[in-house]
Amino acid sequence: MDRRELLRRAGLAAAAMPLASRAWALPAGQADARFLLVFLRGGYDANSLLVPTGSDFYYASRPTIAIKRPVAEGGTPDPQAAIALPGDGASGWGLHPSVAERLLPFWRQGQLAFVPFAGTDDLSRSHFETQDSIEAGLPIPGDRSAPGSAAAALRGSGFLNRLASTLGAQAAPVAFTDVLPASMAGPAAIPNVSLKGSLRAPFDERQSAVYAGMYRGSRFSSVLAEGLELRQTVAQEVEAEAARQRDRSSAMAADPAMAARMQEMQAASRQAISARGFELEARRMAQLMRERYTLGFIDVGGWDTHVNQGGAQGQLANLLQNLGSGLATFAQELGPAWDRTVVVVVSEFGRTFRENGTRGTDHGHGSAYWVAGGGLRGGRLAGEQAVLRPGALNQDRDFPVLNEYRAVIGGLLRRQYGLDAVQLARIFPGSAPLDLGLL
Amino acid sequence: MPTGGTAAGSTATDWRWLGRVGFAGDAAALAELRQQGRAAYLGRQLAAPPADPPELAAAIAALPLAAGGPDGLRQLRAENQRINQIADADEKQRARSELNRSGNELSNATQHRHLLRALRSPWQLREQMTWFWMNHFSVYAGKAQVRWLLPEYEEQAIRPRVFGRFEDLVMASLSAPAMLDYLDNAQSAVGKVNENYARELMELHTLGVSGGPSGSSYSQQDVQELARVLTGVGIEQANGPPRLGPQRQALYRHEGLFEFNPNRHDFGSKKLLGHAIAGSGFEEVRQAVALLVRQRACAMFVSQKLAAYFVADPAPPALVERMAGRFQQSGGDIAAVLQAMFLSPELEAALQAPERKFKDPFQFVVSSVRWAYAERPPTNMQPLVGWLQQLGEPLYGRISPDGYPASEAAWASSGQLVRRLEIARTIGSGPGALYAEAGSRPARVGFPLLSSRLYYEQIEPQLGPATRAALLQTASQGEWNAVLLASPEWMQR
Repeated sequence: MDRRELLRRAGLAAAAMPLASRAWALPAGQADARFLLVFLRGGYDANSLLVPTGSDFYYASRPTIAIKRPVAEGGTPDPQAAIALPGDGASGWGLHPSVAERLLPFWRQGQLAFVPFAGTDDLSRSHFETQDSIEAGLPIPGDRSAPGSAAAALRGSGFLNRLASTLGAQAAPVAFTDVLPASMAGPAAIPNVSLKGSLRAPFDERQSAVYAGMYRGSRFSSVLAEGLELRQTVAQEVEAEAARQRDRSSAMAADPAMAARMQEMQAASRQAISARGFELEARRMAQLMRERYTLGFIDVGGWDTHVNQGGAQGQLANLLQNLGSGLATFAQELGPAWDRTVVVVVSEFGRTFRENGTRGTDHGHGSAYWVAGGGLRGGRLAGEQAVLRPGALNQDRDFPVLNEYRAVIGGLLRRQYGLDAVQLARIFPGSAPLDLGLL
Repeated sequence: MPTGGTAAGSTATDWRWLGRVGFAGDAAALAELRQQGRAAYLGRQLAAPPADPPELAAAIAALPLAAGGPDGLRQLRAENQRINQIADADEKQRARSELNRSGNELSNATQHRHLLRALRSPWQLREQMTWFWMNHFSVYAGKAQVRWLLPEYEEQAIRPRVFGRFEDLVMASLSAPAMLDYLDNAQSAVGKVNENYARELMELHTLGVSGGPSGSSYSQQDVQELARVLTGVGIEQANGPPRLGPQRQALYRHEGLFEFNPNRHDFGSKKLLGHAIAGSGFEEVRQAVALLVRQRACAMFVSQKLAAYFVADPAPPALVERMAGRFQQSGGDIAAVLQAMFLSPELEAALQAPERKFKDPFQFVVSSVRWAYAERPPTNMQPLVGWLQQLGEPLYGRISPDGYPASEAAWASSGQLVRRLEIARTIGSGPGALYAEAGSRPARVGFPLLSSRLYYEQIEPQLGPATRAALLQTASQGEWNAVLLASPEWMQR
């Protein structure tokens, strides 16, 4: 195995190696399409990820936690500074330094875009209400105030469940969570499995056979069999991955030059060889979505940063790095299927534009969504934008919502699956899809 | 005197019937039932006092619950004020984390209290109904100050009234700071109305969704009118009672942390469900609640929910009709409605059916631990808290106000079923953590002996051939236990 191959397998070569260029534009109604929704629970601070480096107002509003302006071309690199984003509509915006290394290659390839000023019409700034309403995908305030409305009949089902029902056999949905999320609850039966932590096979083959046999003939027979098989598959994937890791480590240990080089790269990227946290989950998720599932959901928590949020480093930086690495790993691990995949990252709301008295941020309104995929026409900021100056904020507090989430996601789904208006109206009733030209 | 064939039941289903009145039967309950018959047994359960038996009371007294309730909230406010004035950011954060930790401890202790009773109280119906009403009038421990208000909410507002008049229960939850904080009514004032609680009071607590199966029909206008009625119903303010003019002084109400502040109330006249309500202060709230609970839709909605939880989901329509009739005739007497349900031929039919009601995670965990550890009740509830979390039904953990569903579809997902199998294995293998004192090493506990006389008399005859075959293939007592607790028969009530 040559050095380059070793690096690629170690998942560290994203920066060094150009990604395969887009082979084909995604045709409408692609049967092999994949969709992943990543839900950042807690309301992530979009202004720390997608930094409005062109806004003096931003720097005045965040005296201690703002991310520094990008270094001018030819200047000394500064690990504390945002990285300027090249491309359409992105002038005056930069990327948080903790994610730049893993995500910029995707941006440059057009496989990543951001939709700032995105969110819901819900102004409650309540985590749970807004999370629920996003996952339901219904109008706000919604069916609840309109007894007998068409949307009322959809209450209790999530928009991903309705998408799965609409696609029928064309989609194999799964939630990578302990409990079926609200977005996947509803009439279509969708399996779920958590990918967190150690995932040894819960039962050996003999035991699995005993349990499956006990349930044969009961009404839970097929769902139990699916659950056992899914857990078994996940456990095998995890074990195989661990074995590959062990091989890699011993190969590197055997080559002193390689070991030194690896250390150097790790130090530069602040990245561990063994993936942890979300990156590990993302790798497992990709393995499953490469082989058998095409419609996925995962959530990542911990974004409620009221206190000591941090800037280029700190708690939020760690979360962002974890998330960015996870998505990069997900893309790489998917292989060719990445070209037919769309990932959307959402959060229930954004945070206050100004920092608060405890070097954190409070609940806000508009956020920035991420859209990624191998077949994307990205590398730019999509959707409507506002100039960030005093007076532009919603309630003098936070980002206004200019790109409503149902319209944004509906527009993406329409293109990706070739949905017609009737189908789309079942998924997001009463919402007109917004075509951002990303697909 | 054995009364096997009377009161809509046969002796063959006595065991299952006990598994509906309680989380799971035990030998003493079965003996009592056989001696007294169903009607008398039920009568004793319904007459059960809120006080706990001495041993259980002692275990509960040892829980760190003292910081809950009015004093706790006042301390919380004082501490919050103090923290806001700390200049040093690190120290400030430490103080906040400490406050957070104490709130979590309180919510944890409340869960432990609830679980200790569910496992150990002989008054199983009271504890089941406490769970049921806490879920019906659901609050979420993670929101605002609810953690500090939760212990009192369950103990003072809900648990003493689980068999009483429904209207009293509604008024108690309406006056509870936990509910007023959770559904934002404490923020609602004349000119700045918050509709959140008014809507849920109609939709989730009394009438059911408008246009839905309960037959309720109210409009957005009704929601707004009820919200106006509810203005001023809130929580005692940190800066003391409001300054009131002489005319309003008599209208001010204050009890514990509950406060009705006339200054925040909209005294205009209202029209709710076609009835005029003249502006009069808190009296309007009483009128409105009385009006809501008098509706046929309320009787239908509550009856339907009870029957879906205890009998079958979807609930048998004829049974719901009869229960609703009893509800209306009795002025919303919950005990009377429960009697109609537990002694009904529909329940008997459900108990005899081969396919029965799927246990929700709480019922599954509590019934399994009750069955496996009947001889030696666990003292440490923390493992149960963890299992409920993993199964997606933690106590006070439902973030949306609709409470956890009773439907099988919500709980029988593939990931959940496999988790249940894993938890069944843990319970069956005798986890010492169930007896661990806080901070100490778990005790050594052997496999519980599930194959008791009661097993051979009551459970074994109900097992189907597939489960019998599976039990024969097990390799140890622990695995035998695990398989039994994981069986499709045990997953159903």
